[in-house]
Amino acid sequence: MSISRETAINLVLALLLLAVPFIAMQLGKPFYVTLATRMAILGLAAIGLNIALGLGGLVSFGHAAFFGIGGYAAGILASHAFSGQPLDFGLFAVPGSKLMPVIWAVAILAGGLLAAAIGSISLRTSGVYFIMITLAFAQMTYYFAISWPAYGGEDGLSITIRNTFPGVNTLVPQNYFLICYALLVVGLVLFAVLRDSRFGAALQASRQNEVRVASVGIAPFRIKLAAFVISGMITALAGALYADLNRFVSPSMLSWHMSGEFIVLIILGGVGRLCGPLAGAMLFVMFEYILGGLTERWQFFLGLLLLGVVLFARGGLIGLLAGRARHG
Amino acid sequence: MKKVIAAGLAALAMSVSGAAFAEPVKVGMITTLSGGGAGLGIDARDGFMLALKNAGDAASEIEVVTEDDGQKPELAVQIADKMIQSDQVDILTGIIWSNLAMAVVPSAVAQGKFYLSVNAGPSPLAGSQCNENYFNVAYQNDNFHEAMGQYANQDYKKTFILAPNYPAGTDALTGFKRFYKGELTGEVYTQLGQTDYAAEIAQIRASGADSVFMFLPGGMGIAFTKQYAQSGVDIPLMGPGFSFSQDVLGAIGDAALGVKNSGSWAKDLDNEANAKFVETFQAEYGRLPSVYAAQAYDTANLIVAAAGKASVKDADAFRAALKEADFDSVRGKFSFNTNNHPIQDIYVREVIKEGDVLTNKIVSTAFTDHKDAYAAECSLQ
Amino acid sequence: MQTALFIEQILNGLQLGVMLFLMAAGLTLIFGVMGLINLAHGSLYMVGAFACAAVAGATGSFWLGLAASLAAAAAAGALVEILVIRRLYERDHLDQVLATFALILILSEGTRWLFGSFPLYLDIPPLLQGTVPIPGGSRYQLYRLAIIGVGVAVAVGLFLLISRTRLGMRIRAGESDREMIGALGVDIRTLYTVVFALGAALAGLAGAMVGALQSVQVGMGEPVLILAFVVIVIGGIGSIKGALVGALLVGLTDTMGRFLLPQLFGVFMDPSRAGLVGGAVASMLIYIVMAVILAVRPQGLFAAKG
Repeated sequence: MSISRETAINLVLALLLLAVPFIAMQLGKPFYVTLATRMAILGLAAIGLNIALGLGGLVSFGHAAFFGIGGYAAGILASHAFSGQPLDFGLFAVPGSKLMPVIWAVAILAGGLLAAAIGSISLRTSGVYFIMITLAFAQMTYYFAISWPAYGGEDGLSITIRNTFPGVNTLVPQNYFLICYALLVVGLVLFAVLRDSRFGAALQASRQNEVRVASVGIAPFRIKLAAFVISGMITALAGALYADLNRFVSPSMLSWHMSGEFIVLIILGGVGRLCGPLAGAMLFVMFEYILGGLTERWQFFLGLLLLGVVLFARGGLIGLLAGRARHG
Repeated sequence: MKKVIAAGLAALAMSVSGAAFAEPVKVGMITTLSGGGAGLGIDARDGFMLALKNAGDAASEIEVVTEDDGQKPELAVQIADKMIQSDQVDILTGIIWSNLAMAVVPSAVAQGKFYLSVNAGPSPLAGSQCNENYFNVAYQNDNFHEAMGQYANQDYKKTFILAPNYPAGTDALTGFKRFYKGELTGEVYTQLGQTDYAAEIAQIRASGADSVFMFLPGGMGIAFTKQYAQSGVDIPLMGPGFSFSQDVLGAIGDAALGVKNSGSWAKDLDNEANAKFVETFQAEYGRLPSVYAAQAYDTANLIVAAAGKASVKDADAFRAALKEADFDSVRGKFSFNTNNHPIQDIYVREVIKEGDVLTNKIVSTAFTDHKDAYAAECSLQ
Repeated sequence: MQTALFIEQILNGLQLGVMLFLMAAGLTLIFGVMGLINLAHGSLYMVGAFACAAVAGATGSFWLGLAASLAAAAAAGALVEILVIRRLYERDHLDQVLATFALILILSEGTRWLFGSFPLYLDIPPLLQGTVPIPGGSRYQLYRLAIIGVGVAVAVGLFLLISRTRLGMRIRAGESDREMIGALGVDIRTLYTVVFALGAALAGLAGAMVGALQSVQVGMGEPVLILAFVVIVIGGIGSIKGALVGALLVGLTDTMGRFLLPQLFGVFMDPSRAGLVGGAVASMLIYIVMAVILAVRPQGLFAAKG
């Protein structure tokens, strides 16, 4: 079996991102490590969305809710660990934590629960209604976070010192990049495995023809819900990483602009493609950084660029480089 | 080539003043230059740059890099990281909004950088999370509201108060209530970003209040004040200076006339530094400065003054120089409290019309040498 | 006094609803006929407000400004349709979301480029200033009553346009079968441009009327856009009747929620806390209503088609 063109491009992209921090340190530009970390995290968040959107055809305009809940999981646990006060749930109390694996587990769990709740209502609808009802749920969490004073409201929540990972000094930017990169790779592998599994086949089939899937004895609702929950979990994990990168979490992680940005990342890179989200994140962060440094009107030119991509580069960056998708 | 000239100028400055440090100072300015809140950031940037220009040779070694945060906390954090890591700035400044300041300041000062606030003074940074490297040259968030509470005691007994439902909003009403002794006929928290206040104005009309205090920054305040005037309710309105500052008065129009508001600065404040500031600002940019421009102007002058006394590389000496606040403030007297927040007078201003232009005039002094309520919680001495 | 306040709040709810209807009617029409999700609809609202404020500022006449807002928004709509939107009809919703998201960025920054960063001034015309008495002994602002009147007139006009005119017939044909109207010899391209410009003009009208009440500034369209989407989804996408019912429902729910919820919580909390909690729930209320409606009727209240 020969390596397809898309696989080769995926490998190049992944290696390119891995190389950035090392080149940056050689050049004495440590800030590029932060940029690369941001690319990896946003890429991971978009991989989560890509499971729902790319494989299942579920255009969620509310994934910021999962991103934000992951971020708040990190922020809240860290703040309780810092203050030494346990989280009080009324019946029982749990201590905070500064351990990343614990925080990630909590973020994934919280994201999954929220996705199960949102999904079980939203998946009764389809098409534009689905886009809008997911947006509505994300808006609810946004306004809730803004007006909930316990964890900072609109001011957000600072994480004084980045959380820890056993055996690794996470304060060193390169180390934190490698942690995020490793999780990005896990996300990519998970996406590939899911896509090629029976579950993935049923999910993609349900996108194309729901009736036929139902007629062979698979419940499309449960498959879609499962995909939506997995999708929410991955995006929540990315949210926890993002909070630790910024050492800060705020309701703006929950805003509809964020949801829009995830969709933008996927389309920029290529919908349903394995490395589409990663390519999109790399492009987007690069655009934002370069344009932001050039002109204060950068949003205008960012808009023009995005418009150019959607009008003239169908299939996104990967589509442009690798040709038509398998299920184009 | 530029460097050579700068060095030459610095040498010249040295030979003239004799004592000046020629150590270059690099300032990173993160502020809002795009989107709905851009007016505030642009005023702050322009005020800052004007001060450097007016300072002439004394500021020749001060280099400023400016970037737009789009009013997004995540973007502000990213720019701060970039400025610290890549541009290697010594001082950060420029942030307008409390939530962005809360995102950027704690980690910036933890990395040993100085942060000078041109606006926004969230209470944690004045109290429990204060830091020796964080200097607020503007105000603590509660200050202007406290001043209005104090002022309201003179004439009013039953006040209706409202603010958006977010930390700065609850802080505002807390600040007002800290000094106000009368009765509250209503306390309403509106949605952040809300633009229609018909429902709230109807409640005000029905409440039997003798005065209204509102804190609604930016577009929210413009919308409220216009609708309030249009509704025909004639209960006197008051608020902090943000909602009646020069940048929004034009958009509110005559609806703002006569409204009492509080501020640490006004265009007609009688001192030499202020006269020069207002005059040069108008000449340079063709508009009247706002309080944001005034605070940024003071911030830049504080940096210039400190840089003339100590090298920014010597953090302890530079910090001590900053704390002296030895500059001619456009606010008249200005000094720092133990928590590095201002001790300053706060005035009651009234919106008036000068020719065709709406502006503020000082009518009385609410507080003399006012300090914020959080200094006791700060560990700095 | 309580009755008067109640009536006043109902009127406020209606006024907000009518304003949302102007936005939602265009959105739902564009979706119904062309199958397009237009996130940039809020930007056309902003264009209308800026055009009105600029012209009113230059000439001193609100009415000239109002005319300018219709013209500017319709022109901007037609231009955007011809340059960009036209290429998106055959694409899936995803591409439409991205392209119109990009248009928001372009139009917002473009407007700021033209008009500067400071909010513009726009006041209600002298003719409509002042208040009139309403039942219950209170007074209500004339301008807001006028907005309700304009909304009702537009609603009636749209119903007549769609049910009685040739253009309306084509729009109905376009909604039920897009290929067929091509076969009938209708110039689809022109029809689409006209429908888009019509929707844009309605948004511009809403922007201009609301601009006199609020602040005319960049980004003013975004909160309204989200609300308008909530409206058309509740009402059933593609249905003008649904947009009207949805708009009034959202307007009344939002206003009454803001008014009544803090009082409700005040029964068992202290006023300061009740204000906070009530305000928080009120800000989520319309989204909760929307989720409930969609959970029960996944196609909205008046689904135009499957």
